[in-house]
Amino acid sequence: MLKTLFEKLWTLHEISIIGNGECLIFIDRMFLHERTGSIALKGLEDAARAIKSPQHVFCTMDHIVDTTLGRGDETLMPNGRDFIVATRKSAQRAGIRLFDIGDQNQGISHVVSAELGIALPGSTLICPDSHTCTLGGLGALAWGVGSTEAEHAMATNTLRVKKPKTMRVDFRGKLSQGVTAKDMILHLISQEGTGGGAGYAVEFSGQTVRELGIEARFTLCNMAVEFSAFTGLVAVDQSTLDYIQDRTFAPKGNELKQAINHWNTLHTDIGAEFDRTITIQCEEIKPTVTWGTSPQHAISIEDEIPDPKRETSSITANAMTRALTYMDLSPGMPMTSVKLDAAFIGSCTNARLSDLRAAAQYLQGKTVSPWVSAVCVPGSSQVKVAAEAEGLDKIFLAAGFEWRESGCSMCFYAGGETFGKQKRIISTTNRNFEGRQGPETRTHLASPLTVAASACKGYISAAED
Amino acid sequence: MDKFDSHTGIAAALLRPNIDTDTIIPSREMTRVSREGLKDGLFAAWRYTLPGSREANLNFILNRPAYSNTSIILSGDNFGCGSSREHAVWALKEYGIRAIIAPSFGSIFQNNCIRNGVLPIVLSNNMIKEMADWVEKDPQHNYLIIALPEQKIHWSTGKYFEFELDEAEKNMLIKGLDAISLTQVLDNKIDLFEQKDRLERPWIYLD
Repeated sequence: MLKTLFEKLWTLHEISIIGNGECLIFIDRMFLHERTGSIALKGLEDAARAIKSPQHVFCTMDHIVDTTLGRGDETLMPNGRDFIVATRKSAQRAGIRLFDIGDQNQGISHVVSAELGIALPGSTLICPDSHTCTLGGLGALAWGVGSTEAEHAMATNTLRVKKPKTMRVDFRGKLSQGVTAKDMILHLISQEGTGGGAGYAVEFSGQTVRELGIEARFTLCNMAVEFSAFTGLVAVDQSTLDYIQDRTFAPKGNELKQAINHWNTLHTDIGAEFDRTITIQCEEIKPTVTWGTSPQHAISIEDEIPDPKRETSSITANAMTRALTYMDLSPGMPMTSVKLDAAFIGSCTNARLSDLRAAAQYLQGKTVSPWVSAVCVPGSSQVKVAAEAEGLDKIFLAAGFEWRESGCSMCFYAGGETFGKQKRIISTTNRNFEGRQGPETRTHLASPLTVAASACKGYISAAED
Repeated sequence: MDKFDSHTGIAAALLRPNIDTDTIIPSREMTRVSREGLKDGLFAAWRYTLPGSREANLNFILNRPAYSNTSIILSGDNFGCGSSREHAVWALKEYGIRAIIAPSFGSIFQNNCIRNGVLPIVLSNNMIKEMADWVEKDPQHNYLIIALPEQKIHWSTGKYFEFELDEAEKNMLIKGLDAISLTQVLDNKIDLFEQKDRLERPWIYLD
C-alpha cells in the first residue's frame, strides 16, 4: 500500500488503537525546558511516578534564563531563579540529562535537540513547547504538548493521540533572490490563514524544499504550529543524512548503517494520497513581513497595509481593525514607511548558524540606524561558538548589534527581557501577538536578512543590495 | 481530575478569532513552578488598566457586574492558539471557567483542556453569534446549561444546540479519568512493543 511520510512514521510508532479515535503512540525522545518542563517533573514527583526511560529525556535552560554575558541563575524576571533551581534539582533527582547554564550544549530546546542528534529522522519526539514541530525538518515526528501530556510521555513512553489527517504543501518553482524559508512559511499562512493546517500533519515538499538546507527546513516546520498544524514534516534525503553524521547522540558505526537503510525509506511513496494538497508557486513569494497581531497578517514588504473595509467577514474586519489600532498603523501605508525602534535576531525559528551568516553577510561594512536598538541572540551555545569562530560576532558588534548568550530571550517576555513599552520591533521570531515581546510591544515578523536590512535602514525594508 | 457531567453557568462572549495563550495568561504572570496561583493572571493585559497592575479595567467584559461568576466563554476561531503553556487552562479553571465554546481551538490547548476537566465545545460561528446575542441581553438570566452526557447546550429558555465530542474525550471528562493511570494498565503491551522495536531500530535506544 502506498503511504505518505506521515503514515509511515505513525505506523512505526503505533502500539495499538485504543478506540474512540485514539491511538497509543510510542515516544522515542522527550525534551524539557525550565518553564513547562519544571512543572512536568514536579508533577511526576508529587504523584511519586518514575520516568520510564530517563536516558531518553533531556532538558535545557532556555525560556527564563538571562541572555546577557556573564549570566548566572538570577533573571530579570522576579522568581525566574526559582524555575532554574527547581529544574536543576528535579533533573538531578530524575537522572535526566540537563544542559545547564554554562554547559557548552545549552541552548534553545529545538536547536539543541537537532544539533546533538537527540531528534533523529523517523523518531518521535515531544516537548512541552509548541515549536517542537521544528524537528519535522529532519523527518522526525515531533510535536508540542502540555505539561500533563509531557508527564504522561515520561511515565509511560507513550501518548494517546488522535490521528491527524494528511496535507501536502508543494512549493514549486524557484525562490527569488532574498526570499528565504521564513518568507515561504509566512506567505503560506497569509494565504491560507492561521487555521489552514488545523487537524493536519503537513508535509512540505517540492523541488524548492529539497534545495533548502536542513536549517531552513527547520524554519519552515517551526511555524507549522502558527498554521495550526499538528506538526510539519520534510522527507529524509541526502542533506538529512549528511546533517546527522557525527552528532553526539546520533548512531555510529554499524548502527548508523542500519539506521541509514531505514531512514532512506522515510519519504512519501509516489502516488500516495493526501487528504489535502496546496500548491505554491515560489516565484510569487516576496520578502514578507507581518503588519498585525497574527502571523496571517503578513504581506510583501513592497505592499501597503490592507484595509479592513475591504473584508467581507465582519469578524475578520474587526480583528484587523483591532490589530491596526494595537500596532498604531493605518490602512494604505506602505510597509516601507513603517519606522522601527528595534531589531531582534534570535529564537528557535531563525537563530541557527545559517541564519546568523545570512544576517552577517548583509551587515558586513554597514551600521544599524541610530534610532534602532539591535540584539542578536544565537540559538544555542554551540551556534554562538561556531559563529564566533567565523568572526560573525565581530560583524554584528561592528554594525551595532548586541551579541549575547543563547536562550529564547526576546522572542517573548518569559525571562523579562524586552525592548520596552510600545516599541516597534522587526524580529526573526514566530509570534506577533499582542504583548508577546513584552507589554504593549509591536512586533513585525520577518527573515534574518530582512531584519538586518531593516535595522540598518531604520524602516521596514527588504535587502536590495 | 475533576469530573464534568452537567454545568449551569453564565457565559461571556469574547468573539475574536485567534485569542492566543499569551493573551489568556501572559508570560509575566507565570511566576512560580506551580499549577496554582494563576487566576489573577488570566487575561491580565485586557483585565487590568496597566501591565503588572491589579486595577480592574472596567471595560473588560469579565470585570462588568453583569458578568460576575462567568463560567463559560464564547469565542471566535482558533481559541488557545500559540504557546503550549498549560497555564492557560489552569488559569481559566482556577478563575472558574468550566467550558469554552468556539468554532475551533488550538490543538495543544484543546488537549490540555481535556486533561484538566475543562470542556472545549466546537460550534459554528453562526450558532455562537446567535447564543452571544441572546446572552448579552441579560447575562445573569440568560444562562446556559451544558449537559455533556447528551452533548447538548440548553439555553435557559429551553432552546438547545447539540455538539460533537470524541468518545474518548467525553469518557475522560465524565469519569474524571487520569490518562496516565489508564495507560499504565497497558504497560505489558508497551513493553512488548519496545522489545520488538529494539530489534528493528536499535539506534533509538540509548542504554
